[in-house]
Amino acid sequence: MKYIDYVQLSPLQRFAYKLKTFFANLPKNIGRFFKAIGKFFKNLVLGIIHSFQNYGTRFVKGDWATKLSYLVMGSSNIVRGQYIKGLLLLAIEVLYFLFLITFGSTYISKFGTLGTQATQSNFDPETHRSVVVPGDNSMLILLYGVLTIIVSIVFLVFYIINTKSAYYVQELSKSGQHIPTFREEVKQFGDEKFHITLLSLPVLLISVFTVLPLIFMVCIAFTNYRPPNLAPNNLFTWVGLDTFREVFSNSGGANMGKTFLSLTEWTIIWAFFATFLNYFMGMIVALMINKKGIKLKALWRTLFVITVAVPQFVTLLIMNQMLQLDTGAINIILQNLGFDQIDFIGNETLTARITVIVINLWVGIPYTILITSGILMNIPEDLYESARIDGAGPVKTFMSITLPYMIFVTTPYLITTFINNINNFNVIYLLTNGGPTTQEYYQAGKTDLLVTWLFKLTLGSQDYNYAAAIGILVFIVCASLSLITFNVTKSAKDEEAFS
Amino acid sequence: MIKSYKTRRQVTNAIVYVVLAVMGIIWVSPLVWMLLHSFRGEGGSTVHYLLPKTYTFDNYIKLFTETSVVNFPRWFLNTLIVAIFACIISTLSVLMVSYAFSRLRFKARKPLINIGMIIGMFPGFMTMIAIYYLLKAMGLTQTLPALVICYSAGAGIGFQISKGFFDTIPRALDEAATIDGATRNQIFWKIILPMSKPIVVYTVLTSFIGPWTDFILVKIIMGDKIANYTVSIGLQTMVSQQYISTYYTQFLAGSTIVAIPISLLFLKMQNYYVEGVTAGGVKG
Repeated sequence: MKYIDYVQLSPLQRFAYKLKTFFANLPKNIGRFFKAIGKFFKNLVLGIIHSFQNYGTRFVKGDWATKLSYLVMGSSNIVRGQYIKGLLLLAIEVLYFLFLITFGSTYISKFGTLGTQATQSNFDPETHRSVVVPGDNSMLILLYGVLTIIVSIVFLVFYIINTKSAYYVQELSKSGQHIPTFREEVKQFGDEKFHITLLSLPVLLISVFTVLPLIFMVCIAFTNYRPPNLAPNNLFTWVGLDTFREVFSNSGGANMGKTFLSLTEWTIIWAFFATFLNYFMGMIVALMINKKGIKLKALWRTLFVITVAVPQFVTLLIMNQMLQLDTGAINIILQNLGFDQIDFIGNETLTARITVIVINLWVGIPYTILITSGILMNIPEDLYESARIDGAGPVKTFMSITLPYMIFVTTPYLITTFINNINNFNVIYLLTNGGPTTQEYYQAGKTDLLVTWLFKLTLGSQDYNYAAAIGILVFIVCASLSLITFNVTKSAKDEEAFS
Repeated sequence: MIKSYKTRRQVTNAIVYVVLAVMGIIWVSPLVWMLLHSFRGEGGSTVHYLLPKTYTFDNYIKLFTETSVVNFPRWFLNTLIVAIFACIISTLSVLMVSYAFSRLRFKARKPLINIGMIIGMFPGFMTMIAIYYLLKAMGLTQTLPALVICYSAGAGIGFQISKGFFDTIPRALDEAATIDGATRNQIFWKIILPMSKPIVVYTVLTSFIGPWTDFILVKIIMGDKIANYTVSIGLQTMVSQQYISTYYTQFLAGSTIVAIPISLLFLKMQNYYVEGVTAGGVKG
């Protein structure tokens, strides 16, 4: 279809057309995705090779000072008058090696085995007491080992910068050009190199407090770090993919495989209902509030929005109280009206599951109202008018104009919400804490999501390796979902559409 | 015909009013219930009737005077301090990262954006044990700075929404400023930031509210050090089995006290919130 044909279509036909092309292009897009991954790795390897080639050529072409920089960082800069920069580079090198000798090397050397010497308690015949001999702490070896590796990578980056800079100043001085002073170089960080100024601190923080723990936990998934191999008293070690095999298997009476599959199923059902029910019902309420002729719009809006504003843990804890048998407000009302009490979050699996989904409606609908109100107002009024002239009722109008338009515009929001719901911890943890409890599952209740199970495995039974493996699996699901989104919306490609 | 159309519209409007009123009552009733019971004069935990029989201010007064076991004023202050520092650090790092990714062009940009998105997709709880041991190695566990670090260190990962906003500001502005001799540093502070009020407010708002609502990290980091609790974990302690019979009405009073400022803040800023979410999350 040519562009001129496309612009003449009504928004609805445009949507249908885009949907059709999306599905028609899906195989091609998936292929393109794998090609892109391949290309990414190819470029990565080529880039590394390229930088090493440059690294070699710079060494060959360098004079004695530049060559010395390969061993003593900053020497070329010092020789050419950049004293402060040279000394800073030298200081980095000295600090790194101090770190490596005093701290890193002990952990790196044991990284392959995660320690061999278990903590022992020996009986001392002379004093008649047992003496505890502390052995290797596998957990700390792993954690600090990863830390040392990250620090080494950072050092390597500085090292490469050092060799580049060494050769650069050599060239400058050879051709008799002005060698920038320290002050001039610092000035660059406010302009040409401003991205380094902006990013270095956040990246440092993220590396230490997000990336390092994440790599650590991913490593844990490939060990047997669970009872009885708990640090610091016992050792754990690498076991390859065994953890994943155990997560999927039912052997050992632990029901891991069954638990995992059932909870995955429930997580997806939950995420589906929590996302789409909230979305549709929230949109209907938003339409009602914004309907022509409805007065007190601000009041209605505030009634709903105020529940977003109150911290979730407060409202959910109170909801939990209100749903209790005998003392809960809802059961009191039911009794006063002459009905039987309902055991909302007690022993009935189905009731509990429906209850959490309904309560989540209470939590989620106001968010949808907030987000969609503005977009709903943007739907062209003439669409509705022509539908009315054609005799379409409100339901028909909603189904064939409002809904397609909204879904199309808010797909990214929907997918993000879906992913957030897969990881929705608060509602389940505070309302039911996973209950009703069951013996069929390993360390989980009937309404537990994968994330709340992960939480229980970590803090309850200390099955760290299972928790890590489940985290990785959840990640894979979320990542593939987001990938599909970006193929649908092209918002990633249109990044610079406005600029 | 015109008249029937008019009556039909009136009928539908009436139905809409009824539905909205019923839903409004359902939505607000838990909060009203919380408010009423926070003034309940009868002690004890939950009761077998809907509305309190006597009303009193004692629950609120006790909350601030009897601080030997449940030190609510201290918890409130803790949370305020943590929230302020976490808010400053995370707002700065989010804005810095998203500005760099949106407006500046450098070699590592694409890979860093991709890495950031990948990291963001791991479930957050996965890392809490490692974070705990890291903080322990630094000797920070059971202290407030540990909480500040937890809430703000990883904040830069959440750059997508504000990057989406910055992407919509025309690049011609940057170019014009560059021609006039402005450095990128000046462009950031003097041109882009003043234009980005919605996203700044959004970031401030979300990062300030975060510490008030989180109760998982606090629980892990603080352990049994009750003096350094924040309000969320403190309130949760008050409804634990051990305390619920004595402190239930005070819990409701405390919840009300926490809810009121945050609600007011949110209601005042809700337009910025919507603009913030839709700028990065919705494509028209």
